[in-house]
Amino acid sequence: MNLIHKIKFILRLTRSHNIVRRYFIVNGFDGALTMLGLIMGFIFSRTIELSVILNACLGAAIALGMSGMSSAYVSESAERHRELEQLEDAMMSDLKDSSHGEAARRVPWLVALVNGFAPLIFSLLILMPLFLSIAGVVFPVSPLYIAILIALLLVFLLGVFLGRIAGVSWLRSGIQTLFIATVTATLIYLFTR
Amino acid sequence: MLAVKRIILDVLKPHQPNALEFCQAIANAGTDYRVRLTVLEVDEKTETLQIEVTGNIVDFDVVQSTISDIGGSLHSIDEVEVQNEPDS
Repeated sequence: MNLIHKIKFILRLTRSHNIVRRYFIVNGFDGALTMLGLIMGFIFSRTIELSVILNACLGAAIALGMSGMSSAYVSESAERHRELEQLEDAMMSDLKDSSHGEAARRVPWLVALVNGFAPLIFSLLILMPLFLSIAGVVFPVSPLYIAILIALLLVFLLGVFLGRIAGVSWLRSGIQTLFIATVTATLIYLFTR
Repeated sequence: MLAVKRIILDVLKPHQPNALEFCQAIANAGTDYRVRLTVLEVDEKTETLQIEVTGNIVDFDVVQSTISDIGGSLHSIDEVEVQNEPDS
């Protein structure tokens, strides 16, 4: 069984598709909004160097990734352990060496990776203009504004993804999440000026 | 040589993997296995199955370990068909 089939099998076995998807959206959204907030805060601070902004944002992105990974692992591990025990009681047999036991050990790692990498990848995408600018690429506007645009675009795309899952209008769902990001940006503007 | 041609087993399994995947996994344990699975009873977390495996030479140990690998529990062997074949 190749890796993709194996992952699909254990997700189906534990019915964890929804959990993984939910973690991806929730923490991806977290990552995008955190970066949006940080970058807007730096824009209003005006005189800070780009490398300092990048380091601060990168630090936050790594912390979000680690926090997502460890919290998801701890909670999922406990949930899976409990579910396996309940199944063992119903089956009246030890399932630790079965595919259920294997799934109970691997699903927490899988969920933790998704939960950790979602905010990290979203953050890195948003920070891309800052990396490029420091590497010497010249943009027509400040890379911070481009980063904000990317953050808004990613938030919109998450909404589109949610809309497709729910089977409702992707445009409406995208605009809804974009509205949340706009409210966040407005609050940051009001409180950090 | 004594060759097991057919076995009927009473098995308890969780709802997942489903009957089709369970059946496929057992059929995959041999090169010419034919598997017939009947769900006898469905409980809150488990299903009781009757599984009939036929083949030229059915390896019971392999069938049993496949069942445990995918989370099933063998309760009893209900029917067996064995043939004494002359060694070639």
